[in-house]
Amino acid sequence: MIETEGLTKFFGDFEAVHNVNLSVPPGTVLAILGPNGAGKTTTIRMLTSILAPTSGWAKVAGYDVVKDAARVRASVGVLTEQHGLYERMRGLEYLDFFGRIYHLPPNVRQARAEQLMTRFGLGEAFDKRVGEYSKGMKQKLALVRSLLHDPPVLLLDEPTSAMDPQSAKLVRDAIIELRQDKRTIILTTHNLTEAEALADNIGVIRRGRIVAYGDMASLATRFVGPPLMELKTSQPLNGLAKDLGPLVKVVENGENWLRYEASNPTEINPRVLRHVLGLGIDVITLSQLTQTLEDVYLQIVEEDEGQEKKSHERAVQ
Amino acid sequence: MNALSSDTSDHVQTYFGNGFNWLHTLRNAWIITRREVRDSFRDWRIVVPIFLLTLFFPTLANFTSRVFINYFDKQGADGKEFIEAFLPLMPMLVGFFPVSISLVIALETFVGEKERRSLEPLLATPLSNTELYLGKVFAAMIPPLVAAYLGVGIYIGQMILGSQQWRPDFSLVVLIAVLTTVQALVMVTGAVVVSSQTTSTRAANLLASAIILPMSILVMGESILMIQPHQRYVLWYVAGGLLIVTTLLVRTGAGIFNREELLGRSIDEINLRWAWRIFWEQLTGITREERRAAKAAGRPIRPNPIRYYRRAVFPSIRNLRGASVCLLVAMILSFAGGWALSGKWQLPLENKDNNQILDDMRDIWETAQKDPQWVMLAVTQNMRVLFVATLLGAFSFGVASILLVILPFGILGYLMGNVTAAGISPVPFIVAIIPHGIFEIPAIIIAGAAALRLGSVTTKPPQNMTVGEAWLRAFADVVKIGFAVVLPLLIIAGIFEVHVTPKAVEWALTL
Repeated sequence: MIETEGLTKFFGDFEAVHNVNLSVPPGTVLAILGPNGAGKTTTIRMLTSILAPTSGWAKVAGYDVVKDAARVRASVGVLTEQHGLYERMRGLEYLDFFGRIYHLPPNVRQARAEQLMTRFGLGEAFDKRVGEYSKGMKQKLALVRSLLHDPPVLLLDEPTSAMDPQSAKLVRDAIIELRQDKRTIILTTHNLTEAEALADNIGVIRRGRIVAYGDMASLATRFVGPPLMELKTSQPLNGLAKDLGPLVKVVENGENWLRYEASNPTEINPRVLRHVLGLGIDVITLSQLTQTLEDVYLQIVEEDEGQEKKSHERAVQ
Repeated sequence: MNALSSDTSDHVQTYFGNGFNWLHTLRNAWIITRREVRDSFRDWRIVVPIFLLTLFFPTLANFTSRVFINYFDKQGADGKEFIEAFLPLMPMLVGFFPVSISLVIALETFVGEKERRSLEPLLATPLSNTELYLGKVFAAMIPPLVAAYLGVGIYIGQMILGSQQWRPDFSLVVLIAVLTTVQALVMVTGAVVVSSQTTSTRAANLLASAIILPMSILVMGESILMIQPHQRYVLWYVAGGLLIVTTLLVRTGAGIFNREELLGRSIDEINLRWAWRIFWEQLTGITREERRAAKAAGRPIRPNPIRYYRRAVFPSIRNLRGASVCLLVAMILSFAGGWALSGKWQLPLENKDNNQILDDMRDIWETAQKDPQWVMLAVTQNMRVLFVATLLGAFSFGVASILLVILPFGILGYLMGNVTAAGISPVPFIVAIIPHGIFEIPAIIIAGAAALRLGSVTTKPPQNMTVGEAWLRAFADVVKIGFAVVLPLLIIAGIFEVHVTPKAVEWALTL
């Protein structure tokens, strides 16, 4: 479980994170999206008790990030933005070092390191020097390091950024499995498809502020409007768009197609179909247009930029 | 067992966060040390110089010694004396060169790791700042120290077993080992302080000259002492002094080596605007937010001396409580020390009579009272001493400021001891201090304490404050207290010293 309230961090005069409120229950994944320098890493560092919040509080796995820093860090597995591996060490030796830090018994750390490395396709690289690993292998080793002590909370900064599609899938599958195992997971990513596929909730952070927070459906409704339906017919529509006016809001139409907003598709779509078929028009397809996280994200960013511009203009005046 | 899950989590939880335990701390620090030492021995840039300095340099030093011995042997008895004086110098130098590598390793393990971004995964582990710090300090010290001890051992072994048959005293060997160890400690702990102020090994190497240059000068000084058998005991004091410096550097390093400092700094940039804001806030006692809020409310804050003393000056003086007590104790000890020394070296006071002293003093004071510049002279003299004490204190963790401030009290104790021992009444001398001393001594204590705090605040900055911020605030306190409290007190003391004290002494002498 991760909970924060009013989490704020200043570096000198610069406010890196402002008033962040989060609640991530066990068995859920929160994806934090945002451009570089938005405050994602600082937030993660505060949740790892590496940086102390200037104000506000955070609890991770039931421990306060300031008062119980050691316990918080023992409960968290972190995949840092820069993997920071020791290149002269060998894969297993590297994990053994971290296993010692967590005081895992020798047989446990050996077995766990081997299992995890094998699971992530590093079975052939046990005794290879880390410096000889590929970029993706290094990222996987860093991920294994974060899982080594079996933490209940995982903070993953760009977990698949340097991986090939096959490795990325391996990691995504692992995240899904960890979620099912009731782990609390926060991941930051620029890969919106990945966030959409993995996250239960999404937080968009800009200039240190969470500007949008919620599940995909609620964010989509809030920022890009209700689901969009597309109706295709075999004959020209001839004024049908006007006829449907009292039923739905038609946003676009062509000769034999139209798109309308359906805030409640289960109720609206049968009525639309009845109306169209009643006019003797044959329907070829009625489908929901996909609203991707990318659409939502871009809309959020656009709105936020607009607000920023307005407040800047007000400040200038 | 699922490969992603295991039952290790509970074990980890029960191990950490159970309070401080030295054994536990050292055990955790050793995990870091072990890895770093292994890593150092995998780096040929470290192994090759250590190997050369351990094997080649002692042999070279041995060869040089033999050349000297052969040369001076031919000079007869004087030559033999010179050999005895000269030979101990070599093992000291043989020990110093490998130790200088500790600086390279320290910079590498602290800044290098920061630069390669491999520090953050370590910072995300449950290890405490102290454990990480100690682990790295040991790691930087162990390989060069082993090399130094081996080098000294090889050199002495060759000297004992070779044709020279030189057998150094056991105490000399211990002295060299102690000096080598404390020098390594100073360099490593100094390197930590240096590396904390940089984010690149390049910048750290540039700043490292701040360690290697004074150390080289120190070794030159040690060499002078080493070749004088009767002065060699002074090297024990040097080792003691270095140990004190190490303690202060460890305190500073441990204070600086924390997660916040290490990750809060991203570039080596001087932020003058921020520095000025912090300084100004502390100087005026008004935060930027308060100033803005007052302005927004249409009531800008206007200068108000009473408010200034209440809100800015007195809280800063309250912050000096610890330093003031420390200084006061040092002053009393200095006075007592001066008094004790008066028994050893006495002044020929019994030849002077009271009337002569009275006449001398009266002449000076009559001249002084006619010339107001004497007040200025008294004030500027005190201000100059306090300024120098502050300046030196800032670069010596406050130690130099204590020494400079307590010195007059030592002299005073010495004089009073002599006066009492000579059977002269101490009353006139006490009266010569009290009238202006009522103002001057508190001024000296306050100014000295501010200087001491300025120097020592870097060793342990207040919580939630970086070293830079703590130093800037302490510096602002020095300026504020200097002008708002110390200067007025010294002016009053100066006026009393010139116009009141002489009359009081004159009265006391006629008693």
